[in-house]
Amino acid sequence: MRLVLTGNYAAAYAAKAAKVEVVSAYPITPQTQVVEKLSEFIERGEMNARYIRVESEHSAMAACIGAAMAGARVFTATSAHGLIYMSEMLWWAAGARLPIVMGVITRAMAPPWSIWSDHCDLLSLRDIGWIIYFCENAQEVFDTIIQAYKVAENEEVLLPAMVGWDAFQTSHTAEPVDVLSPDEVSKYLPPRRPLPYVIDFERPFTHGSLCYPDRYMEFRYLMDLSMSKAKKAIVEADEEYGDLFGRKYGGVLEKYLCEDAEIAVVTMGVLSGDARYAVDILRKEGYKVGLVRLRVVRPFPSSELKKELKSKKLVCVIDRNISIGRGGILGTEIKALLKNSSANVVNVVAGIGGRDVSYEDIVNIVKRSLDLVEKGEVPEYMWYGIDKEYVVKAVGEYYEPPAL
Amino acid sequence: MSHPLFKVIPKEEYFLPGTPACPGCPAALGLRLLLKALGPKTVIVIPACCSSIIQGAYPRSAIKVPLINIAFAASAATASGIAEALELKGIGDANVVVWAGDGGTADIGLQGLSGAAERGHNIIYVCYDNEAYMNTGIQRSGATPYMAWTTTTPTGKREIKKDIPLIVAMHRVPYVATAALAYPQDYVMKLRKAAAKKGFKYIHLLAPCPPGWRFDSSKTIEISRLAVETGTWVLYEIEDGKFRLTGPSKGLIDKSKRKPVAEYLRTQGRFSHLSDEDMAKIQKIVDENWEWIKRWLEG
Ligand SMILES: Cc1ncc(C[n+]2csc(CCOP(=O)(O)OP(=O)(O)O)c2C)c(N)n1
Ligand code: SF4
Ligand SMILES: [Mg+2]
Repeated sequence: MRLVLTGNYAAAYAAKAAKVEVVSAYPITPQTQVVEKLSEFIERGEMNARYIRVESEHSAMAACIGAAMAGARVFTATSAHGLIYMSEMLWWAAGARLPIVMGVITRAMAPPWSIWSDHCDLLSLRDIGWIIYFCENAQEVFDTIIQAYKVAENEEVLLPAMVGWDAFQTSHTAEPVDVLSPDEVSKYLPPRRPLPYVIDFERPFTHGSLCYPDRYMEFRYLMDLSMSKAKKAIVEADEEYGDLFGRKYGGVLEKYLCEDAEIAVVTMGVLSGDARYAVDILRKEGYKVGLVRLRVVRPFPSSELKKELKSKKLVCVIDRNISIGRGGILGTEIKALLKNSSANVVNVVAGIGGRDVSYEDIVNIVKRSLDLVEKGEVPEYMWYGIDKEYVVKAVGEYYEPPAL
Repeated sequence: MSHPLFKVIPKEEYFLPGTPACPGCPAALGLRLLLKALGPKTVIVIPACCSSIIQGAYPRSAIKVPLINIAFAASAATASGIAEALELKGIGDANVVVWAGDGGTADIGLQGLSGAAERGHNIIYVCYDNEAYMNTGIQRSGATPYMAWTTTTPTGKREIKKDIPLIVAMHRVPYVATAALAYPQDYVMKLRKAAAKKGFKYIHLLAPCPPGWRFDSSKTIEISRLAVETGTWVLYEIEDGKFRLTGPSKGLIDKSKRKPVAEYLRTQGRFSHLSDEDMAKIQKIVDENWEWIKRWLEG
């Protein structure tokens, strides 16, 4: 069924198609449409599910944990302050190995208040044991949420999954979406198998009690092991989805015109559409450029990225996030991957707090990066789009991270 | 089998001995009685507190029913999720129980407790109130009484105890009760009553803690009894909005029937620094509380 849906509505339809049994969420801009739509579905009896209208995001994730512990398939969604507010419980969900799926509509953190996108909220939680997907458009949001359940519930994996998409540009932009029905999806996604880690009165167990240093480390090791297995599961889930429903996304990475490319642009999320357009323009101008879009941040596609990027002349990583004092988070990871290769990595921080990044900007970024590589002046990272006049007026100087 | 207690309290044990609880621990006794009262189809949710420890460390456990440990502020919301999911799955007859300390109830967990109470999930929330953060070394909580010594109120707490059962009652939940370890039948009957009702139920158990309150570990029950006999701790239940005194508290409306509060305070090192004026002030707080109770009973 084709419907014109925003990214947020697509998420709600995906939760319905996945036969989610418990939703627990707390409203925050720009996530609200997701939970409003789900309330409608549940109150109209279109979903056989319970909606727990909690009083905070901390409780939203706690209720998801409780429901998942009792064997239910659960869904929630949040954004920025909500995500950070629930962060204690996000560790708990991962450590408890519960296959919860959560939509994260990325939004800049205050102060100052902002409701527009950047990826600092989501990426600040990259080390806690959640699988992290990131989508480019509403269709991908729909498809990825269903795939995420397949991966999270895989018994080799059993880790929760966040599915990210950008505030407004994806969350509130309507586009035609091919919506699958719960029946169609059930061919792909069987009901959640309750074992293990599910409350059972015949087989009582204690979960999460004090663990001494002689065992705790193994629990963390096992999470890491499962995360490494998640990569194969993600690729297989995408393939199987493609075989059944005709859409797939390249597993962990989507590549565009990469085969003969000497320059690779690396992006994530909604900017990728403009980046693809910029690649077309640069190609016409004679630049051999391609695009690598990260679809998954955890497990990090290390070997896939390395294989794709190691012999490029320029790898231009556009980060819609900033690790204050270190640069872009993805750029930092990719630099570490390519340290023994001939590739030059230019890490560009752009689009923070919803700042627009057009295809022209991306064309500019690529040309400037190439120039820096040719001059041998590659900086640790660089900010793109800062109003220098404003900064100089405010603090008397403009700072550029130095060349390394 | 002849002892009258066994008529009310089953012999079956779901809390096994050999735990790391302190001698005379009120939390261990309270949880043991709770499990006897509710039986094996019970799932317990425990936030950070002494009970995180006294259940035993991985891979062993002293508790013979499903037990979920959860973050300090998260017990009521976690239980909400469990209760809803079990009901959806057709397991509506299980007891979903929160077993939380006073810190996890009156302070960091109050928002979650209020949310769950207002939403009315089918949960029994039990707070064992040892009147401080014992797990982290006797720091004051909102439930620490006036002038009690704790490590963060070294000269005595200047604020009065937060009244959680009444705060919960104001959510118009079907059942709120208080309990004391010296009266196990009263406690067990209240747990059973709670289990028989649908919706959000709350029980607040006073839990005299030997190391935290500074008394000998043989005196837990004695001090619990004195708390009731002096009227410092009042046994009651609020069933479908109706307030009723229970157990020995029924006979204590008349002040002359109550022992002086000083008899209770003098048993505990945490009050050893109290002046006569402090004692008088605490007596006044207790008497005023009883005036409230009298008014409620008169309707
Ligand atoms: C978010 C958070 N803050 C602080 C702590 C540390 N902490 C663990 S237990 C505890 C006190 C518990 O007090 P209470 O609920 O009264 O239970 P008791 O230890 O007295 O049984 C504290 C402060 C924690 N675990 N989590
Ligand atoms: S400190 Fe008190 S409540 Fe905690 S284990 Fe010891 S006796 Fe029990
Ligand atoms: Mg306490």
